[in-house]
Amino acid sequence: MTNLRYECPESVDAAVSLLSAEGATAKVFAGGTDLLVQMKDDLIEPTLLIDLKKIAETRTVSFESDHVRVGAAVTGAELGENEKLKAMWPGVVEAAQLIGSDQIQGRATMGGNLCNASPAADTVPALIAANAKAVIAGPKGTRDVPVGDIPTAPGQTSLGEGEFVTAIILPNPPARSNDAYLRFIPRTEMDIAVVGAGVALTLNDDGTCADARLALGAVAPTAGLVEAATDILKGKKLEDAVLDALAKAAQDACSPIDDKRGTVEFRIKVAGVLARRAATIAWQRAEKQ
Amino acid sequence: MARHHITATINGDETEFSCHTHQTLLDVLRTELNLTGTKNGCDTGDCGACTVIVNGCAVNACLVLGAELEGATVETIEGMSDGKKLHPLQQKFLDHAALQCGVCTPGFLNMAKALLEKNPDPTETEVRYGLAGNLCRCTGYDKIVRAVLDAAKEMRANGS
Repeated sequence: MTNLRYECPESVDAAVSLLSAEGATAKVFAGGTDLLVQMKDDLIEPTLLIDLKKIAETRTVSFESDHVRVGAAVTGAELGENEKLKAMWPGVVEAAQLIGSDQIQGRATMGGNLCNASPAADTVPALIAANAKAVIAGPKGTRDVPVGDIPTAPGQTSLGEGEFVTAIILPNPPARSNDAYLRFIPRTEMDIAVVGAGVALTLNDDGTCADARLALGAVAPTAGLVEAATDILKGKKLEDAVLDALAKAAQDACSPIDDKRGTVEFRIKVAGVLARRAATIAWQRAEKQ
Repeated sequence: MARHHITATINGDETEFSCHTHQTLLDVLRTELNLTGTKNGCDTGDCGACTVIVNGCAVNACLVLGAELEGATVETIEGMSDGKKLHPLQQKFLDHAALQCGVCTPGFLNMAKALLEKNPDPTETEVRYGLAGNLCRCTGYDKIVRAVLDAAKEMRANGS
């Protein structure tokens, strides 16, 4: 490990060059809260760490005409202090802020949460529900892909050689829109999601749902959109029968594992409960706008 | 072998050190700078024993690399008192007997300090959530929470 090298490029292009030249043994380093633990556990043995934190565009949140661009290396603590972002996408920020302790929040990033590709990553269901895209930089330039296409399996991503995520793009929500993210953990803090559910929705003037997206985490190898949920909510009012159907659709979308934190049966049950509750919160928030 | 020569401000003093890439801030503090007040509990960011304040933000020193600290400002337990005059948090930990073996104490004190800088008048619940990333295996948490709330009260009264 003493041969491990460290670079902190100041531009995306310089980072791509370093990443491409080193190949698969280079690791992109943002908050390091997963990366350094994996190195200490000898799960990975990189030869080069490429620190993104000196690249200005990975460290800033910018509000554009039709979207918000959140740099991949913006920390959870910084997201939590960004009142404008919190007002636009409260569920996304809540998801980011659920990760770890305040000390972890001082370092952990959404880019890292996405690219670590844990099925239980809290921000990923919230970002999928929000229809967020990841900006990928690489040797052939940049491309935007839906956030849900980045993780492909636990710990695996679709990123090619020399590629890394520079930012997350969140669309500006239409009027009367809002989102929410909930997770179940066996205690109140410092744990990993047993189930996570993110909902983003838009209401019509008559109080019916114009559009909605539900995504679930920790109940399949990757977080994913529950496609059936959109049609269940569209055109409907916030009523028990609608929420029952939503919960059923969430449960039908689950293919979880049994582990020490939850059985298959429990996870499926909780997925329905959280989908219903997250939809209710997002709905009530949207009604207030 | 990659070695990095870093200049950072540690407890108010400009400090130079040299480290390998894999060396964490925790490792640098304890083995390169002999600042052993920062404790190594789990070394994986779970226990908070190594909590220090980097550029105003409480972090686990075990999850920060020395190599990334060029120009950074680091506050450790060694810089918490004003000479022999203890910081109000330190004094209240003594007054409330909020420690037993002491290994978790520097981390709790730094986390509490960072918490009170952001929120000088926290509720008990806010203190408990704010300190959720710090584990204590001796006293339990009640005395620690009481000491932090009492220190916050005194600091507000003294405008510090």
